[in-house]
Amino acid sequence: MSDIKKIKDDFLLKLKGNLDLNQVNQIKTDLFGKAGLISSQFKMLGKVAEKERKKFASDLNQVKDELQNLISEKIDDIETKEINQKLEKEKVDITLPERPFTQGKIHPVSQVIDEISSIFSEIGFSVEEGPDIENEYNNFTALNTPDNHPARDMHDTFYLDDKKELLLRTHTSPVQIRTMLNDKPPFKIIAPGRTYRSDSDQTHAPMFHQVEGLHIDKDINMGHLKGCLNYFIKEFFEVDKIKMRFRPSHFPFTEPSAEVDIGYEIKDGKIVIGEGDKWLEVLGCGMVHPNVLRNVKVNPDEFQGYAFGIGIDRLAMLKYGINDLRAFFDCDYRWLNHFGFDPIDVPTNYRGLSR
Amino acid sequence: MKITTNWLKEHLDTKLNENEIIDKLTDIGLEVESVDKQSGELDAFIVAKILKAEKHPDADRLKVCDVDIGSDNPVKVVCGAPNAKEGLLTIYAPPGAVIPKNQMKLVVSKIRGVTSSGMLCSESELNLSEESDGIIELSTKKYEKKIGKNYFPKNDLNVIDISITPNRADCLGVSGIARDLAAAGAGKLIKKKEQKLKKKGKQTVNVKILNEKGQACTSFGSCLIKGVKNTESPDWLKEKIISLGQKPISAIVDITNYVMIDLNRPLHAYDVDKIDKQIIVRNSKKGEKFEALDNKEYELENDMCVISDSSGVLGLGGIIGGTRTGTEFDTKNVLIESAYFNPRSIRKSSKILNIDTDAKFRFERGIDPLSIEQGLEKAARLIKEICGGEISEFDIQKTEKTKNSNIKFNPVLFEKITGFNIAKKEMIQILENLGFEVKKTKNFFDLIIPPWRPDISQEVDVVEELVRIKGYDQIKMIEPEKNRARDTLNSKQKLFHFLQRSIASKGYLEAITWSFTDSKINQLFLEKNKEIKIVNPISSDLNVLRSSIFSNLIIHLDKNLGRGFMDLSIFEIGPTFQGSQPSEQQTVISGLRSGKLTRQSWIEKERLVDVFDVKRDVIQSLVEAGFNKDKFYIDDETPNYYHPGKSGRVFLNKGKEKVIAFFGDIHPKILKKLDIKSEALVGFEIFLDNIKHPKKSLKDQKTQYKYSDFQKSERDFAFVLDKNFKVQELIDIISNVDKELIKSVKVFDVYEGTNIPENKKSIALNVTIQSLEKTLNEEDLNKINHLIISAVETKTDAKIRS
Repeated sequence: MSDIKKIKDDFLLKLKGNLDLNQVNQIKTDLFGKAGLISSQFKMLGKVAEKERKKFASDLNQVKDELQNLISEKIDDIETKEINQKLEKEKVDITLPERPFTQGKIHPVSQVIDEISSIFSEIGFSVEEGPDIENEYNNFTALNTPDNHPARDMHDTFYLDDKKELLLRTHTSPVQIRTMLNDKPPFKIIAPGRTYRSDSDQTHAPMFHQVEGLHIDKDINMGHLKGCLNYFIKEFFEVDKIKMRFRPSHFPFTEPSAEVDIGYEIKDGKIVIGEGDKWLEVLGCGMVHPNVLRNVKVNPDEFQGYAFGIGIDRLAMLKYGINDLRAFFDCDYRWLNHFGFDPIDVPTNYRGLSR
Repeated sequence: MKITTNWLKEHLDTKLNENEIIDKLTDIGLEVESVDKQSGELDAFIVAKILKAEKHPDADRLKVCDVDIGSDNPVKVVCGAPNAKEGLLTIYAPPGAVIPKNQMKLVVSKIRGVTSSGMLCSESELNLSEESDGIIELSTKKYEKKIGKNYFPKNDLNVIDISITPNRADCLGVSGIARDLAAAGAGKLIKKKEQKLKKKGKQTVNVKILNEKGQACTSFGSCLIKGVKNTESPDWLKEKIISLGQKPISAIVDITNYVMIDLNRPLHAYDVDKIDKQIIVRNSKKGEKFEALDNKEYELENDMCVISDSSGVLGLGGIIGGTRTGTEFDTKNVLIESAYFNPRSIRKSSKILNIDTDAKFRFERGIDPLSIEQGLEKAARLIKEICGGEISEFDIQKTEKTKNSNIKFNPVLFEKITGFNIAKKEMIQILENLGFEVKKTKNFFDLIIPPWRPDISQEVDVVEELVRIKGYDQIKMIEPEKNRARDTLNSKQKLFHFLQRSIASKGYLEAITWSFTDSKINQLFLEKNKEIKIVNPISSDLNVLRSSIFSNLIIHLDKNLGRGFMDLSIFEIGPTFQGSQPSEQQTVISGLRSGKLTRQSWIEKERLVDVFDVKRDVIQSLVEAGFNKDKFYIDDETPNYYHPGKSGRVFLNKGKEKVIAFFGDIHPKILKKLDIKSEALVGFEIFLDNIKHPKKSLKDQKTQYKYSDFQKSERDFAFVLDKNFKVQELIDIISNVDKELIKSVKVFDVYEGTNIPENKKSIALNVTIQSLEKTLNEEDLNKINHLIISAVETKTDAKIRS
């Protein structure tokens, strides 16, 4: 009995000292090892008189628990201290720069093409493509622009042969021809792509981008055209209201034809779309000319519809405040970085076109 | 087409103000491009009087004049004109004025030591005439009281510049524009009642239109005016000519120009006394020459429509006249030509000869064939008024009768096309106002098309006329349906967008460059391809279509190096061209990286970009796009613009279908040739068109999900093998030993040098082995070990390194 008490008192005292991990472990062995003091006491349990045994066991267990807890606590304390010391040594200046990373960028024209595709996708247009090299027939003749027609002067054309039969397409409209020749109506497509005109100054580049639209069905009229373009412009510029003006114009491949202006004003040196009393021309459109439909073997008495052509670069300039068209194709690292979009920033309908 | 509202109002009785007219013009499809002050620059010129003219102290030919410009003090002007003398009334241009002739802006300057503020002007400098000998002499009677006042009538009239679309030939005359405005309700067309023109005697110059194949002239009207006195135009006419930015020449020429702009009726005036006997309208013969009014000599091809006389070509019909029979101030007898030429022929000839004139511009769009007499009448009347003379009867030669064109128009079509309706009565009103003759039958309108509207040939053209005049704002908007019947993108387009963003996400900036490039640079990347030349390039360094995106990318990379960037990653996705036919192009995604991966970093070791960086970019992007890397096959056959030892090509399958990609160091000789100063330059090309699209979509390709929780083991091997032996093959051999158990093979060391024989290398690999069914015991693992070693040693010359 007194043995247990003595062990307890002795060791409580020992454990109060300033010990390192080894010393605590030694104490642990002294007490609970095979020949440890507490272990020895347990071995004596059988020898204790029957009636005292219960109390003896209870006391012994109590002391055992107390000492064990104390030892664990002591070990915890020491380990925590050691870890803290180690962490203190490992401290870095966290304001040093992170490991270098590079961020890629998507060109604003590509981004805008994706935006346009996303908008038209919502109202059922699919995307078609055509080659950059076209023949004279698809680019002009089939589009009701015969040779020796003054409308051809509106297009300064790059030619690839002396007979002027092969050329770089001057607009995306030949995709209309290809699409309609290859398939049967109804048609509901957009065709974004590169276009070329031998014209180069501050506001013209020899290469630029257009998106063609074509919707042919049994009863598509100018009201549908107006509705479609109004929807597109509103969605594209992400505004609720847009001032829009359709005015008569002329394209050989549409009749009636229209040009579309949108309202804008200059606020603090920046263009604000949708308000103001100034007009900005953004696209050309019209009802597909019956001659064009005949050329692609579509019966104009049965089918009719509209087509439009929009300058993509110009839309990108307006939406993202880019002043110089030529810079689009200049490949200046600073410009690409400034106006480019993060590749993860894919325009979608549900998340919004732009961030 | 430029007009002023004053001129317009000679034809249109309107209550609209200028702004309303401008809006109306745009509303009916005559787009107003700009509105400019008529002659803002002419406001500066004022009437002045020379008070004193003394010889310049240091120059014999110059005079120093004191000039009264209406202010308190006279100004000093140095003047070189011989006629500058005391008391002369002339025109003074102050500093700041812009001289119309040469667009020079005047400044105060010292001329041989004497300060001259401003200038005294000649007629030529003000574009009033060709007269350049001396300064203008104004009549004292008329101008004495106007000293200090503007010389040019100051009006706030604007010049309205209208962009006339190619179909609207009729609006290339002020009267045509007025007619359109009247039809749109902007006013009433004024029909002037003129006294009957007094004509005397026959037109005595014999005119003949030869009946030849392809004769472009179908009708030739003429009128002889004898005994004229050609002169400068009166002020009203000069002003009109000047207001539209043209230059007055002489009354006769100005009148023909005036009638052309007023009525859209081109005319030509001949000095009859210079015509040899007769006028013959015929086809030209190759090699015939004539000197045109633009003072150039033209050599003609066969079958161009010429006006000739007995000695030869006088001019190109409807395009340009010749100098030989041109009118001058001393012309006594004039022949006025008013003819009709076939638009196609005009266009063809003018294109070949590269001539652009106001007459050609109108004839190629189609002139009202019935305006021949109207034009002759107006011109003859004016000539008689200004230059006097006696007018002959009109002579009209015709090869064919002008027929009216008819259209049967179904008014139902209007609503079918436009989506809204207007009453038939209103339709008829609009059409009649536009000059159509309308006969209403039961279901149709029988229309006679006005002869000045060659653009109208079918029903839909009539719809356009109606909706244009009624107003596009009447068209009701129909909201689009949100309904998708087909996929927006096909699988190829999806891949395009995916790879575009996948490559960008590896740190590349996307560039868009021209599809054409410099032949000299393209040669470097041409390989065996044909060069595709542009016949009419915009400049000599953009003269071929690119056969590789590299040719442009490398130029722009170099420019960016020049801007001080060293570590660049750029890419482009777009077409390259292999032939000049529409299908001979490929879609390629191509990138370049230069310099170092990191530079001056406190934490990362610097290293140059290398072939394995671009290999990673290519492989990772293809994997991200959904292709199975385990099936990729790579070898080292690459085009000659890559470093032959540090480049490779990628196939999706070992079957060697089509090359999917090239990657590698750019050949050093190219860097040298282009003088590109970069420590390293690597690049890649992925050929989108060569990628076969799996029939299954990615979601269907996903196999059943299988995994193993049994312990995996790793074993390391080192083999010594031939230096040229491809590691990919070694990996394949090992992987194929047991595809079930061998999960991965990693190369963790490549070594050549001490302890390894020459021409040999040591490859150290780590192989992960795991079973789906059980934990492998030592015996199982040993078995695989042996299999691996024996497979490698029997299939190759490799030896396991002990």
